[in-house]
Amino acid sequence: MPEMTLIEAIRQAMDEELARDDCVFITGEDVGPRGGVFRATQGLYEKYGPRRIIDSPLAELSIVGIGIGAALYGMRPICEVQFADFIFPAFNQILNEAARMFYRSGGEWQVPMVVRAPYGGGVGGGLYHSQSVEAFFAHIPGLKVVIPSNPKDAKGLLKSAVRDPNPVMFFEPKKGYRLIKGEVPEGEYTVPIGPANVSREGTDLTVFAYGIMHYYCLQAAEMAAKDGISVEVVDLRTLLPVDKATILSSVKKTGKALIVHEDNLTGGYGGEVAAIIAGEAFTDLDAPVKRLGGPDVPAVPFSHPLQDWFMPNPEKIARAIRELAAY
Amino acid sequence: MELSKETLLEMYYAMLRSRRLDERAWVLHRQGKIVFHISGMGHEASHIGAAFALKPGKDWLAPYYRDLGLMLCFGLTPREFMLSLYGKKGEVSSGARQMPSHFGLRRGNVVSTSAPVATQIPHAAGIGLGMKMRGDDAVVLTCIGEGSTSQGEWYEGLNWAAVHKLPVICLVQNNQYAISVPSHLQMAVPNVADRAAAFGIPGLVVDGNDVLAVHRVMKEAVDRARRGGGPTLIESKTYRPVPHSSDDDDRSYRSREEVNEWKKRDPLLLFKAYLESQGYLPAAVNDDYERKAVAEVDDAQKFAEAAAYPEIEWALGPVYATEAHHA
Repeated sequence: MPEMTLIEAIRQAMDEELARDDCVFITGEDVGPRGGVFRATQGLYEKYGPRRIIDSPLAELSIVGIGIGAALYGMRPICEVQFADFIFPAFNQILNEAARMFYRSGGEWQVPMVVRAPYGGGVGGGLYHSQSVEAFFAHIPGLKVVIPSNPKDAKGLLKSAVRDPNPVMFFEPKKGYRLIKGEVPEGEYTVPIGPANVSREGTDLTVFAYGIMHYYCLQAAEMAAKDGISVEVVDLRTLLPVDKATILSSVKKTGKALIVHEDNLTGGYGGEVAAIIAGEAFTDLDAPVKRLGGPDVPAVPFSHPLQDWFMPNPEKIARAIRELAAY
Repeated sequence: MELSKETLLEMYYAMLRSRRLDERAWVLHRQGKIVFHISGMGHEASHIGAAFALKPGKDWLAPYYRDLGLMLCFGLTPREFMLSLYGKKGEVSSGARQMPSHFGLRRGNVVSTSAPVATQIPHAAGIGLGMKMRGDDAVVLTCIGEGSTSQGEWYEGLNWAAVHKLPVICLVQNNQYAISVPSHLQMAVPNVADRAAAFGIPGLVVDGNDVLAVHRVMKEAVDRARRGGGPTLIESKTYRPVPHSSDDDDRSYRSREEVNEWKKRDPLLLFKAYLESQGYLPAAVNDDYERKAVAEVDDAQKFAEAAAYPEIEWALGPVYATEAHHA
C-alpha cells in the first residue's frame, strides 16, 4: 500500500469522485488554477477544467448556498470553505437550509452536498485561522459531521460523503495535512460514515478523540504504556450521527474515559460524549469522566508560546491519562 | 408575440382562482378554523404574468411565501393549499411540518422554502449553475420581496448568477412594505432594479398590477436566459392590500386612504376591465368563472376539513435520506 499524507488522500478522493460521476463538482475560493491555499485541489483544474472546478467569489454564504441549489438540481457539489473560521456567514444556509431541507419538505428534497473546511490550531494561524467549529454543527439534526484523523480514513470517508444523499460537514485537521502520513489501500474503497474506530486496544482506560487530537492521543498512549498504563484509543471519526455503541462498549470494558478535543472545553463535543457515558454506562465507571479541551478563551492566540499554551499536545494528554489512571 | 384570447382568459381565471382561494383563507382565519395565513393578494399580476412566460414542468421555481398564484400555475392544487392551511396529512410542501405558504412542490420543480428571507436566491443561482453545467434548456425563476433585497444572500446569489451568466430571473415583488417598514428605509435608490447595474445585468421596472406588462418583461427575460444571455432582475411595483399576515395589523403603519387608493388599481379589476374592453369577457362568462372558482375553493375546503392530521410518528422524521433521488 502506498504511503501518503492526509492532504494527498483528500485530493485523491476528490479526483476519483470527479472521475466517477460527472455530477460531482468543486467550488470554493482559490480552488481553480491555484489548487487551493492548502493544495487540496491541486491539479484538478487542469484535469477537469473550469466547468467542474469553479473559483467562487469571495463569499462563503454563496459557496454553500450555490451548492445547495445545485444539489437540489441533482448535482453533487463539494464546497470548500477555505478556513473553518470563515464558515459562519454560511451558517444560516447550513442550519436553516441544508440541514432542514429533507425534513421540512417531507422527504421530497435532498441536499447531497459536502462542505469541506480545514479546522484547528497549531499552525500559527491566530484567532481566525485556527478555530474548531465542529460543536456548532454536531448540534444540528439533518447534518452529518465527519472529521478524519488519518489518510486512509480521510479518503474513504470523503468518498462516502460525496455519495451520501445528505449534507455532510467534512472538517479536516489542517495541522495534520502534511504531518500525518499513512498507508492508503490501492483501488476503490470507502469508509462508512457513522462507525467509530477502536484504533488501539487497551484495558485501563479509554481515550476518545478525533482529527489531529486522535493522532496525538496515539502518541500519548504510547508514552503512558511506558508507565505501564494500557490505554484504549477510540477515533470517533463521525461526530453526527454519533456511534454510541462503540463508545459504550469501550467504556464498559475499561471503566474510565478521557475525552480530548482542541475546541473550547465548555459546550465542546466532549460534553456530549460524557453525557452518553454518564447516562448509559454509569455503573461501569471506576472514575469520573475526564475531559481535556482547549481553554475557554475566545480562540487560539497567535504568538508561539501562547499558541502552545492553548493547544492540547501528546504531553498534556499523557498527563491527563496518568491522572485518570491513578484515580 | 400577441397572446391569444384563450390564453388571456386562462390568465384571468388563474388570477381569479388565486384571489378567491386567498380570500377564503382570510375568512377561515377569522372564523378560527385555521391559525395562520400569509397572503398573495394584490400580487396576482406578478404571479400570473410571470408564470405564463415560463414552462412549468421544464422550468424551475424558487418562490417566496407570497407566491400562491405562481404555485397554482406550477401545479399546486387548491386542495393541497387548503391542506397546508389546516396542517393536515398529505400536505405536499412539507407534510404539514411547515407553516402554510412555505411552498415547495417536487413534481413541479418548485424547491422547498424556509422562513429566513432571501435564502432562496443562492439556491436559484445554484439551480441555474446545474442547468448550465448540464446544458439543459431550462430557466429558474426566483421571487422575493423588496425588503429582503437588503439581505446579503440576495447580493451573493445574484452576483453568482451574473458572473456565470446563469439562466436565473429574479422577480422582486415590491409591495412597498416589509411588514411595516417602508421601502425608503430599506434602500436609498428609488428602484430595486437600479441595483442591477452593480451586478452588470439588465434591471427592469414594471407595473406589478398590470399582468400583461409583467408578462412582457418576463418573456424578454426568459428568452434571454434560455439563449444563454444570463440573468435579469425584474422589479414589479405593486401593493399589498391586506396586512402582512393574519397576525399583523396594518393600521399602525399606513393610512386607510392609501390602502383604498391602491385598491382602485387592484390587478384583478384592471385585467377584468381590459378584457371587457376587448369584448373578451361578457358578464355571463365572468359569472361562470366566478362560480367555477368558488366551487374549486369550496371543494378544497371540504376536502381539507375532512382530511386527517398526520400521525405523531411523522414528527420523528425521517431526518436523513437513505437513498439518493435521481434527478
